Amino acid sequence: MASVAARELADGEVVFVGIGLPNLACNLARATHAPRLVLIYESGAVGAAPERLPVSIGDPALVTGSLMVCGMVDVFQLLLQNGRVEVGFLGGAQVDRYGNINTTVIGPYARPTVRLPGSGGAAEIAIHAQRTLVVSKLSPRAFPERVDFITSPGHRSGGVPRTQLGMPGAGPVKVITDKAVLEADEATGELVLAALYPGVDPSEVQAGVGWPLGSRPRLGRIDPPTATDLRLLRHVLDPKRLHLKA
Amino acid sequence: MRDAIARFVHDGDTVVIEGFTHLICFAAGHEIIRQGRRDLTLCRLTPDLIYDQMIAAGCARKLVFSWAGNPGVGSLHAFRRAVEGKGGPPLEIEEYSHFGMVARFAAGAARLPFWPMRNYMGTDLPAANPRIRHVTCPYTGAALATVPALNPDVTIIHAQRADALGNTQLWGLVGVQKEAAFASAHVIVVVEELVEEAVIRSDPNRTAVPAMIVDAVVVEPWGAHPSYAQGYYDRDNDFYVAWEAISRDPDALERYLDDCVRGVSDRAAYLEKHPGLTARLKAAARFCSGVNYGF
Repeated sequence: MASVAARELADGEVVFVGIGLPNLACNLARATHAPRLVLIYESGAVGAAPERLPVSIGDPALVTGSLMVCGMVDVFQLLLQNGRVEVGFLGGAQVDRYGNINTTVIGPYARPTVRLPGSGGAAEIAIHAQRTLVVSKLSPRAFPERVDFITSPGHRSGGVPRTQLGMPGAGPVKVITDKAVLEADEATGELVLAALYPGVDPSEVQAGVGWPLGSRPRLGRIDPPTATDLRLLRHVLDPKRLHLKA
Repeated sequence: MRDAIARFVHDGDTVVIEGFTHLICFAAGHEIIRQGRRDLTLCRLTPDLIYDQMIAAGCARKLVFSWAGNPGVGSLHAFRRAVEGKGGPPLEIEEYSHFGMVARFAAGAARLPFWPMRNYMGTDLPAANPRIRHVTCPYTGAALATVPALNPDVTIIHAQRADALGNTQLWGLVGVQKEAAFASAHVIVVVEELVEEAVIRSDPNRTAVPAMIVDAVVVEPWGAHPSYAQGYYDRDNDFYVAWEAISRDPDALERYLDDCVRGVSDRAAYLEKHPGLTARLKAAARFCSGVNYGF
């Protein structure tokens, strides 16, 4: 997943990096095909060049050697709300049919079965980033027809399309999973099957998704990770398996 | 530290211990637990381990926040137990996103009643928190989300250095330390190092908090551990990982508080309980090239 996600980032792009697997994918991209990727962390590091994989998004290694360190008022107003972020990169406990993400609660808000951490910067990243990438493992629990709580908005919320809601960014254009890549249909905003990992049958993807999954007319084939990617991920970027354990 | 907390933190106060991953003053949180404060409204973007400990210790009535997890590890279990109704003291919550909390501090620091932002459309956050509202822009007619100012009774910030009057310099990730301090009725500054005023004056761009808003200066080396102070010591990621098991088990958490918080008199005693810690986490030197302030 980290390797497939990293390929979505072009060299020189400005990417707002979320916690967890997105953090690993962005650092893999920077170590391989995108050395001039500008990593922005909500903690205030801009153009970070971490010498070790940051465990948290506030790691001291994000500061040492970065292009700029600013306060968080500046991060959200001068960079994100100003429209300077090209790619937002998010994980999610639940992702639904229209790409809405839930990282707040499983169950009702007032008395949740599972209390998740909440938004952090994810809500505003999903609203403002020019496009958003999402990484999440397939399972019917993780991909319900409707999320229990919309933390970060996708393409349609309460039946209203995101353009009518006044969101500047294009929203979650791709969802990278462990079996396939889903893309948002341009007309309806619904997530549909776009590409498969080697040896995966479309029925396996459907089994991990809680709505009748549509499909692109022609499915792409996703190449397996390169030997370089695997070496970097396992031995350089995440030797303690902080992110790769999943 | 004992005197500063006794004087400026009272039962029922709205208290901010800020610091985004960096410069989180655990020493102050531990002293508040030792002094047995109750009914506090605790505000922070990321409650982190320190508020998990304070919630478990029964200091908090309410939590105001935007991301309540153990960064890079998992959950804050005392917080989760309280919110999921699975034991521990009851806890009221008021939830925003990071931009919302940042904007609340910005409004508070500027002494404005609220802050406008282009945000929250399509999310369920305004339904969960009725204090997230909207205004119509008087110039464009656009609908803008608003959050109310946050003006704490007391804000505690950690920093690398200050002079005796409280002119405070910090570097690395600065979070909302400055806005939280300016928003507050009282400010306690806790520093790694006390320096002469001449040191502050040699590099004035690095001063985030001037003495005029500071009520107390506490010199407390390693006061942010297991958080960190850039240039002084690294984040104790091993402890953050270990917190998962400690906080998951209420008895283990209680033993931790008895042993490392209530069982020590101050930060120096806390450090004595952790032999080898300072050698393990002490930062390597990476000095900047310096700037010319001449004219």
